[in-house]
Amino acid sequence: MRSLRLATLILLAAAPRATASARPVARPDHAIRRTVSRMAMIPAGHYRPLYAAPGAERVAVAAFALDRDPVTAGEFLAFVERRPEWRRDRVRRVYADARYLADWPSATDAGSLEARRRPATQVSWFAARAYCASRGKRLPTVDEWEYAASASERSTHAGDDGAFRMRLLALYTAIGKAVNTPSRGFENVYGVRALHGVVWEWTLDFNSVVLDDDSRATGSGADARDRHLYCASAALGATDPSDYPAFLRHAVRAGLGARTSTSALGFRCAASTVIS
Amino acid sequence: MSLRTLHLSGHTVSRTMLALFFAILALLFTFSLAGCNRVADAAPAADYAVVPVREPSTEIVGQEVAVLTEAPNVPPAITRTHATKVIVNLDVIEKTMRLADGVDYTMWTFGGSMPGRFIRVREGDQVELHLKNDKHSSMPHNIDLHAVTGPGGGAKSSLTLPGGESVFTFAALNPGLYVYHCATAPVPMHIANGMYGMILVEPKAGMPKVDREFYVMQSEFYTHGKFGEKGLQALDMEKGVDERPTYVVFNGAVGSLTGDKTLQAKVGERVRLFVGNGGPNLISSFHVIGEVFDNVYTEGGTVASQHNVQTTLVPAGGSAVVEFGVEKPGDLILVDHSIFRAFNKGALGMLHVSGEDNAKVFASLKGVDGGTH
Repeated sequence: MRSLRLATLILLAAAPRATASARPVARPDHAIRRTVSRMAMIPAGHYRPLYAAPGAERVAVAAFALDRDPVTAGEFLAFVERRPEWRRDRVRRVYADARYLADWPSATDAGSLEARRRPATQVSWFAARAYCASRGKRLPTVDEWEYAASASERSTHAGDDGAFRMRLLALYTAIGKAVNTPSRGFENVYGVRALHGVVWEWTLDFNSVVLDDDSRATGSGADARDRHLYCASAALGATDPSDYPAFLRHAVRAGLGARTSTSALGFRCAASTVIS
Repeated sequence: MSLRTLHLSGHTVSRTMLALFFAILALLFTFSLAGCNRVADAAPAADYAVVPVREPSTEIVGQEVAVLTEAPNVPPAITRTHATKVIVNLDVIEKTMRLADGVDYTMWTFGGSMPGRFIRVREGDQVELHLKNDKHSSMPHNIDLHAVTGPGGGAKSSLTLPGGESVFTFAALNPGLYVYHCATAPVPMHIANGMYGMILVEPKAGMPKVDREFYVMQSEFYTHGKFGEKGLQALDMEKGVDERPTYVVFNGAVGSLTGDKTLQAKVGERVRLFVGNGGPNLISSFHVIGEVFDNVYTEGGTVASQHNVQTTLVPAGGSAVVEFGVEKPGDLILVDHSIFRAFNKGALGMLHVSGEDNAKVFASLKGVDGGTH
């Protein structure tokens, strides 16, 4: 029942994007059903962002669907084959920096079977967004991602739990050293896997100022990005200065530009739903 | 003139006399500075009666790549008498290292060893710092050098993703011994995981010659397991917030200055310790058992502000330079004299002095060790 409803919703979500894209998204039913089974339904709710305007410490998040797993290198390879403008040797430099897919043996080879099963990394925000659009989806927003990621195996709101935080810190510390073992990230109560500790993930609005790398040098963009991010000033205005996992995620996002392609940074896709 | 006379002679008179006294002191100080070694670009002796607003060097001659050293080693003294461009290549590497016997910890390091590499430049140098973050790093890092005059001590310009590099330049305006550390949020975690080191900005006139220089940096670790509990230990945030360290150590590990890593000196030599404190929380009561510090450059400043000191405070995120001659063979013990830390948490190091004994300095006459005379 839930699956069916989701399928309809994803079709709806896909429709306007299909017209915008050169390639219409038309799938047979069974493909949609497979897509749905790969997504988890996240019900509407609230979460507390790390930095919030006074009086807005609780942010409402509408129901949405989220990929159960990060997009794999193999899946990204299939996308690049369908959309050669996203090959590393053809991509426009405004959309991806020089490290884009640089860990692949060649522009059309993502490596061994094992390598293709790992999360896709060294993918820019533009490329991740294009991938999701090609599937009739989009990147999750920061609010959506954080909301889904505050769930543990048993609780939807484990973000305040000290033991859960300690676990996340330990998982994050191992990122980059364990990209090849996605299984180490746990499956949360929504059925979403490996949100923590395998790769960091792109979000749609990873920074409210989405500028390219050069903006850092020019001043205003850099100011906006670095505002809370060094030394003790990071604690100023934070809703919970003890939420170290959230600070780490925030610091990662702050280091990104939309062209950035870096190791240990992957993505998964989301889709909007409507409340029935 | 006694204080009592001053007091009896009345308020106004005592004030005038005090003023006169300080004026003479200031004059003497100026004369003593004028006698210092002159160097090629030596600025006029700093007059701290007026707070200086400093200018970067107008002439930068040549370029060199800084020699960075692993503790306890210190790069050689600078013999240049002019300002130059110094390139500092610092690599952030996250790696699992020994914290104590059988105890490992994933350290976040500046340079792949603990504490971070020692940087030595000269007052007036133009430093170009290249911060590289290893591609296997889990997260972005940056650097805040306390020697830097500029936004975040460089932190604002150096947030570096895994596999990336940041470059910024600064003028070494103020001489002194400074701590540097990572300042990426959450800062306490980055520091608790080992991200600190030191940069020495040598004064233009250089430092007095000594025979041995060592780099010693204290810091704490907050682990899930108890002191000595075997295996890979992770950061215990709660202990950090409560300032209850499991380990207090010199140079990143229990025993990093003992056994075959004991510091070495010979009788008759002059020793200088560059002492830093990475924190993240504790102040160190730095003491060397069996010695007296002849000179202490308090808080890493450039004046030997005190002589004949037993124990000196080293603030978290701060430093001190201590100098002493060694007169007697044997083992000197470096400790944080908040003594439970030395006894139970690891804050203990050794300096072995070899050479000919001098019984006049010290001799045991009667006791359990039998005595030597």
